[in-house]
Amino acid sequence: MYARNGDRYFVVDGHCHFWDASPANWVKGQEQYAKGWIECFHAYMGLAPAETHWPLEKFQKYSEEDFVKDVFEDGGVDVGIFQSTYLKEWYTTGFNTAAENAKMAEKYPGRLIVNGRFDPREGEAGMRELEEDANRYNLQGVKLYTAEWYKGSRGWKLTDPEAQMFLDKCKELGIRNVHVHKGPTIWPLDKDGFDVKDVDVAATSNPELNFIVEHVGLPRIEDFCFMATQEPNVYAGLAVVIGGLMHARPRFFAKVMGELLFWVGEDKMLFGSDYAIWEPKWQIDGFLDWDYPDGDEYSDYPRLDDAGKRKILGLNAAKLYRIDVPAEFQVPGAADKEDAQLVESA
Amino acid sequence: MTTVACADPAGAGIRERVLRALDAVIDPELDEPITTLRFVSSCSVTSDGDVEIVLRLPTPQCAPNFAFLMAADASNAVRRVPGVGRVTVTLDDHYTAEEINAAVREGQGFTGAFPGETDDDELGALRKLFQRKALTARQAVLCEAMLAAGADAGRVASVLVADLPDTAAARRCLALREQLGIDTGPGARAFVLPDGGPLEAGQVQRWLRLARLVRTSLEANGGICRSLLQVRHDLASESEEN
Repeated sequence: MYARNGDRYFVVDGHCHFWDASPANWVKGQEQYAKGWIECFHAYMGLAPAETHWPLEKFQKYSEEDFVKDVFEDGGVDVGIFQSTYLKEWYTTGFNTAAENAKMAEKYPGRLIVNGRFDPREGEAGMRELEEDANRYNLQGVKLYTAEWYKGSRGWKLTDPEAQMFLDKCKELGIRNVHVHKGPTIWPLDKDGFDVKDVDVAATSNPELNFIVEHVGLPRIEDFCFMATQEPNVYAGLAVVIGGLMHARPRFFAKVMGELLFWVGEDKMLFGSDYAIWEPKWQIDGFLDWDYPDGDEYSDYPRLDDAGKRKILGLNAAKLYRIDVPAEFQVPGAADKEDAQLVESA
Repeated sequence: MTTVACADPAGAGIRERVLRALDAVIDPELDEPITTLRFVSSCSVTSDGDVEIVLRLPTPQCAPNFAFLMAADASNAVRRVPGVGRVTVTLDDHYTAEEINAAVREGQGFTGAFPGETDDDELGALRKLFQRKALTARQAVLCEAMLAAGADAGRVASVLVADLPDTAAARRCLALREQLGIDTGPGARAFVLPDGGPLEAGQVQRWLRLARLVRTSLEANGGICRSLLQVRHDLASESEEN
């Protein structure tokens, strides 16, 4: 629970990590990638207020105590969702795998949700692994990287027939939430890793699943928005939007928020801190204080009131993950999941 | 005189011309010159007129496809400057720098940088896709200015290329149209849809709403890139957002 000026907020951090990118975990011969990756993340931290910056060494590997303090205590996050990111070609034990995340989740029952992953190119073995993970970690969601390279393949699409088999398997296993990384990519050579068209098709064919587009398709917010207006089961994951723009580029942040509120709507936007890239506290604080700057250019964007902020900060994600939210945090008139699906988008 | 000779031993303002040529090299994803984005970290000219350009991007993990396009475009642009000798363009601090630098040096395409892993046609298609986005966003700026000055949708839909003001925004629109193979003759319509077809009066309002979204997306990305570059290289902050 996040408390401020006598107000209390239920917060679900839809996108957080507990990673090990320390040099001891770098794969031999791949050091330049492992190093480049974490230094790239560290540069993103530079977009936060200076007093929240960490030295690189801490950023490479932070402690459980850091996580608990930054996310639960200072950040007031009620439930955090781990988006597992493997990158085993670069990091020996992985960057943050479901197994590692689950160890942490076990220590803080009810506070952390572990999302798994699948890659349709792994075939039968991948299918078995998904099944095992689903049972072992009680998966409700998966995080997918469609731009990832695998044995000569330069990425995949949700519309591939094999991918549909995995989506069917998800439904069978009770996995409802499919987070798709559509944003800055790991190895996007000629493949267009940002393209969100495949999410459009998959969302239409799989109305039982929710598709959360992480990083709102940056640098393709427009393609994402066009799609999200047409698909009731497509959601906007705000990780990087708040962390990367709110402090560093407040006027662009206001425009991006205005566009998302217009095209996607406050019922389908989910807060995510992307911790440890950015600590949640300053993001939540700034978001609660946020309003459009003065200026005509913002005049026809939808306004965001306290109830809308509550939805984005926690209530929307709580619905997707069936998290019990005490009555005091509910906002009157918030559409529940079933209603939301019936709402015809603008 | 001494300082000029130091910066440009070959004299004849080669360095100046090289920098002006680099102004025409555009980040395809952001539709802004690599010079104003501060991606050119150094530019030196020897007494023989050999030119050495060093490029840096906001992060070592910036997409290699766009990184390649900028390095190759920079190399081509500088080679065309009269009086230059050997041209070396080096991408610095990037995880695929070695491959990209070698391919640009040898004049090989993107497939030369990553043999067996890429396809130059796809790269060309990606560039075109972003040119269409940029054209939409740039036109919106012109259109908004017209509407603010009192024009209505009917007027917007009837304006011709010949009627466009001689501004940087309008010139950029025409340059993009040319690259996309869209008619730039004086009698062609000033406002076109991404596929090159004319924008009709009934479409103006919705088109403008979409175009503004495209512009926001491009600007927000540009903003993130500028901020990252600033953070990584400890640069002074710029005059801020437009």
